[in-house]
Amino acid sequence: MSAGDVWIIGTAMTKFGRFPDQDLLDLASEAALGALKDADTAITGIGALALGNVYEANSHNGQRLQKQIGQTGIPVYNVVNACATGATAVRVALLSIAAGETDTALAVGVEKMGKMGLLGGAAKNKGAKKQYEPKGRYGSVLKTEGVLGTGLMPGVFAQAGTEYALRHGVTATQFARVAQKNHAHSVLNPLAQYRKEFSLREILEAEVIAYPNTLPMCCPTGDGAAAVVLVSDAKLKTLDPDVRKRAVKISASVLTSDPWSEAGQVQPDVSTLTRQAADAAYEKAGLGPDDLDLVELHDCFATAELIHYDNLRLCEPGGAGDFIDSGAPWREGKLPVNVSGGLLSKGHPIGATGIANLYEVATHLRGEAGDRQVAGAKVGLTHVIGLASACAVHILEARPAGVA
Amino acid sequence: MAQQIPIVDYLVLGDPAHLEAHQCTSCSALYFDRRNACAKCGGTEFGRRALSNDGQVRAFTIVHRAAPSVPAPYTSVVVDLDGGGTVKANLLDTTDPDGITPGLPVTLDTFVAGTDDDGVEAIGFGYRKRKENA
Repeated sequence: MSAGDVWIIGTAMTKFGRFPDQDLLDLASEAALGALKDADTAITGIGALALGNVYEANSHNGQRLQKQIGQTGIPVYNVVNACATGATAVRVALLSIAAGETDTALAVGVEKMGKMGLLGGAAKNKGAKKQYEPKGRYGSVLKTEGVLGTGLMPGVFAQAGTEYALRHGVTATQFARVAQKNHAHSVLNPLAQYRKEFSLREILEAEVIAYPNTLPMCCPTGDGAAAVVLVSDAKLKTLDPDVRKRAVKISASVLTSDPWSEAGQVQPDVSTLTRQAADAAYEKAGLGPDDLDLVELHDCFATAELIHYDNLRLCEPGGAGDFIDSGAPWREGKLPVNVSGGLLSKGHPIGATGIANLYEVATHLRGEAGDRQVAGAKVGLTHVIGLASACAVHILEARPAGVA
Repeated sequence: MAQQIPIVDYLVLGDPAHLEAHQCTSCSALYFDRRNACAKCGGTEFGRRALSNDGQVRAFTIVHRAAPSVPAPYTSVVVDLDGGGTVKANLLDTTDPDGITPGLPVTLDTFVAGTDDDGVEAIGFGYRKRKENA
């Protein structure tokens, strides 16, 4: 194993949105070629490719992408890991370097969802004679969604939020403030799917999807791709000074899954594995929450972002409601969170999300984020979580100025 | 009376109707679904354990935009059962978030969730607010 650090030397993402005229490979190619160009390298310099995608995962899109950007015979890994798919692809690329198999690797995340609507809510075909018969591991005789509670995404993350709210006294208005902030942030991000500011009142009075989340408190489905080029410490030392000075260090890369818990058997526990990932990442990086200049976290719903303030140790224990009220996670605040607009407005093409947040943080650490730049950002954290569950946390650091 | 079948096999239609979980014989972890081995300790032997019909609300949501053919709004709750076990179901008597307070005591109730073409009724379960000292 190589003991050295792994660095991001190139990164790119497409605009997120709905692009009926571009297929999955168009999006993946745009991100991959953009990241290679940003790294001042070419596909011939890449020793491993990891491709993250969820909804077309059985199409071997890594190899299909090679046919667009270069078939060089390198190992290709097709990765799927729920909403942590992109971040997991990054880890596969990173592990290839850490294992000494290559010194330069490319990770690409891509998704084409269009307007899928409520995930998991598709109607089943009818027609056959209805005859109750126990099926599956629960011996169920009919579809239990909506009859024995809800397991769809809006409801799961709403219940995660109210569990925290019942314990710590968070209000519906405090949850709504998260969406107010992220939609306001998105106005400055040209790559965001939606760039529309909403008033707190508009958010609270919008259609309720699953209380306390209203429509602007739920992320959209969409299309998009993002990519990073990673290199080893040793490789970085050989590169052009202009590439070196823009390099961003991956100070921690952690992936966790759910440890057993009783309640977690019936309602996904999105907190415990996030806490474990964050704690491990802080320890690995030798940094703490106070060292962070910005955070991109997994705000699939406004309720999720609020509880992750606590899970990622950004606020006092139990104090996530006070944290949003204080203005701390706004772009001008003490610890900006989701200055990209977050999943709520930047969008959430599932396979791309975990790389797009690395793009966002790396771009700030390079001082290249334009109108939305967090001034003087040196350290940032990214977080994604996918139900099943998988949680990835990365901590990135800018390369100190003046180092050759 | 129509023939009845529980909506899931962990609902037992006795008198009274109640939930029954698979319990790991090594570590006592509870599961509503069939497991090949215990996710907590790896044990492979399971017994059955009857769970309490009383519990407290741990989390909730009121679903307004539901899956097709599911009537909305409805309230979904996660309930910690007295004496062990956590279950998800609907709260049957309110869709008002202000009516749900921390640790709200609830008790199990059953209802007809559907009827098949042979006239067999599927019996579902949910929870109602418990009247203390009633």
